[in-house]
Amino acid sequence: MISRKKLRIKEANILRSHGWQYIPDLKGVELSPLFRGRPVISDTITPEEIEHVKNICPVDAFVDDPFGLDMGKCIFCKECHFACPQKIMFTNDYKIAASNREDLVIRVGQTKMDFDHSAVRPVIRKLFKQSLKLRQISAAGDNSSEMELNASGNVNFDMGRYGIEFLASPRHTDGIVITGPISENMADALQICYDAVPEPKIIILAGSDAIGGGMFVDSPAINRTFLDKYHIDLFVPGNPMHPLTFINGVLSLIGK
Amino acid sequence: MEGKKYIEVSNSQAVAIKDIPLLDYDDFYDYVVDELKIDTHHCLNYYCVDFGSRLWFVCCIACDELNIIRICSHELPKGEKSLRSITPECFQLHIFEREIHENFRIHFKGHPWLKPVRSSFKNDGTKLHVDAYPFLAFESEELHEVGVGPIHAGIIEPGHFRFICHGEKVLHLEISLGYQHRGIEQLFVKQNGLQRTILTESVAGDTAVGSSIAHAQLIESLADLPIPESLMIERCIGLELERFAIHIGDTSALCTDVAYQLGQVVNEALRTTIINTTQFWCGNRFGKGLVRPGGSNYPLNETVVDEIRNILKDSGNRYIDMADRIYTLPTVLSRFDGIGELTPEQAILIGAVGMAARSTSLGRDIRKSHPFQYFNQYQYEPVVLTTGDVLARGMLRYEESKKSVSMVNEFCSIWEGMAKEDTPRPVYDYGLKPLSFAISVVEAWRGELCHSAITDEQGNLAHYKIKDPSLHNWMALALAVRNQEISDFPVCNKSFNLSYCGNDI
Repeated sequence: MISRKKLRIKEANILRSHGWQYIPDLKGVELSPLFRGRPVISDTITPEEIEHVKNICPVDAFVDDPFGLDMGKCIFCKECHFACPQKIMFTNDYKIAASNREDLVIRVGQTKMDFDHSAVRPVIRKLFKQSLKLRQISAAGDNSSEMELNASGNVNFDMGRYGIEFLASPRHTDGIVITGPISENMADALQICYDAVPEPKIIILAGSDAIGGGMFVDSPAINRTFLDKYHIDLFVPGNPMHPLTFINGVLSLIGK
Repeated sequence: MEGKKYIEVSNSQAVAIKDIPLLDYDDFYDYVVDELKIDTHHCLNYYCVDFGSRLWFVCCIACDELNIIRICSHELPKGEKSLRSITPECFQLHIFEREIHENFRIHFKGHPWLKPVRSSFKNDGTKLHVDAYPFLAFESEELHEVGVGPIHAGIIEPGHFRFICHGEKVLHLEISLGYQHRGIEQLFVKQNGLQRTILTESVAGDTAVGSSIAHAQLIESLADLPIPESLMIERCIGLELERFAIHIGDTSALCTDVAYQLGQVVNEALRTTIINTTQFWCGNRFGKGLVRPGGSNYPLNETVVDEIRNILKDSGNRYIDMADRIYTLPTVLSRFDGIGELTPEQAILIGAVGMAARSTSLGRDIRKSHPFQYFNQYQYEPVVLTTGDVLARGMLRYEESKKSVSMVNEFCSIWEGMAKEDTPRPVYDYGLKPLSFAISVVEAWRGELCHSAITDEQGNLAHYKIKDPSLHNWMALALAVRNQEISDFPVCNKSFNLSYCGNDI
């Protein structure tokens, strides 16, 4: 048997080695170099190379006129980079959430991404700047996006410091966060949950599966009609999206 | 029919379909029942494939003590819709017969309940609405029902739980899944090599490494793609890092449910350090992109090895300190000890695998019984505990974490001391052996992941099947909560941490 005193000493040691784990500045973190964030396409990319990467891309994420990569469809596998290492790069820039769907398209030669504040509905900043409560709905998400949303509130990322929090009841929240490509089997539950959130309310799509359907776009078991009906306030790309991408995206949305 | 009733293969060994014995259904029935009477045998997968004019049923049985997998089959002409159910004599087949019933409308006579497994999509429009699941009904003034989900209180995947309770006591739990159904197996056949490997990572994103190893070794076997030994070690390092990270996360979740905040936050922070190491290695915290068929985009290098060693030294020790504290703390123990017990008899009956089996005396671990990748050269001894309760499942994670940490360190040393050739690039444009069948099994953190494939005359993929360990183990959760307080359900559920999307595919 271990004595009570020894146990208390043990706990003190744990506390000491745990130390301070929260990240003081969530906007200034530098992620490891290989993190797959905002892509950059060199303007020296040739038509042959464009054809090549278009053929490789598993989710048809490249667009034309001018050539670009749609982060809403991209599942960040980085295979286009491995095919043309000098022409398509993935930077470790994680601030890639957008208020407009079109802003997720990174065009050839584009080296930065600006959040379009003018696209944010004024009511959001008026009401939710100090406190934003969200209901998450996993609609066929693969559990990686869900775990990253949980991590956003954990001891490291602690988005609760900004009054941003996930709650259980949709009636107590200001909006929903959808993860996953939305299965036919979750379509009804998603609608019921959204209807239960009081007005005014926001919709956030978290992860590439939610924004573009990911690998499941052509599956008959998917039903994305919900998304045609409503205005989406925030798009957070990633596979899964990094907690910092989510938090910085929401902070931009509420104007913090 | 004379001759052999089965063909024996090792993990990920491709065989010609014609070499798999095709039995009369009565012979098949007797053989499977006999084979599964042995406690060290269990059914890896039993499923049905549509071959146009006929339905082909293939059954793969893992014989742990012999380190082999036995495969046998039977068939039905199209149009025949009825078979004698094996479930009454061999309960572990219940879920497989349910799945075949759902997908092919085969009526298994004598099956206790042919309820839907995942309300899967059907081309002919006969799909059942997911909410139409026929729950067990009761007539009693004293009992009441509690329904939870599909959307739960926290940020977790959807599923519906229906309890029948007497006061606070759970008499019966029925779990209705399918909300996560994405039609993955159908997509698999249509897609190309790269798409398949990425799809594999999304079957269950929390098991991306385990899943992609199962897929990669299946493709490598069917396409005859050799890989260097160093790459096998790298994959095992990735797999054990994934296991360690999830086990820490689960420990945190268990502490959350019993309101032990120190255990919760310390483990949260420790998990972050491990998944950040995976991100340092391959750019993704869940190891998506790390494993590819035939080669790798992220070969291991000295810098990564140093990072892994440093993090494991620090976080490994801190996890041990924390876990020692958790499992000696009376307030925690009183909530774990004797709660949600799964007996060895129940585990054998339902064919439990992975952690659920090992926490109740059943030493099922693919790393030992059907070794894959570098485990072929490494003698792994599974951790086995006996009490089958929440405490055992928590302690199992603790013991396995210690093993994973020391194994990763050992693998890193072996990797360093090895003469290395250049790691090949991934291969997506592969040709597969024609008219073949292969089955690949991996001990991922939840338990055995099983991928199997069938090829056609041209060597194209004709059929792909994925089985998550949760398919067996959801029944373990349903049994474990019987006669428990309903307030203990969350901690029981966390202690199993089963996959919704892996089940629903």
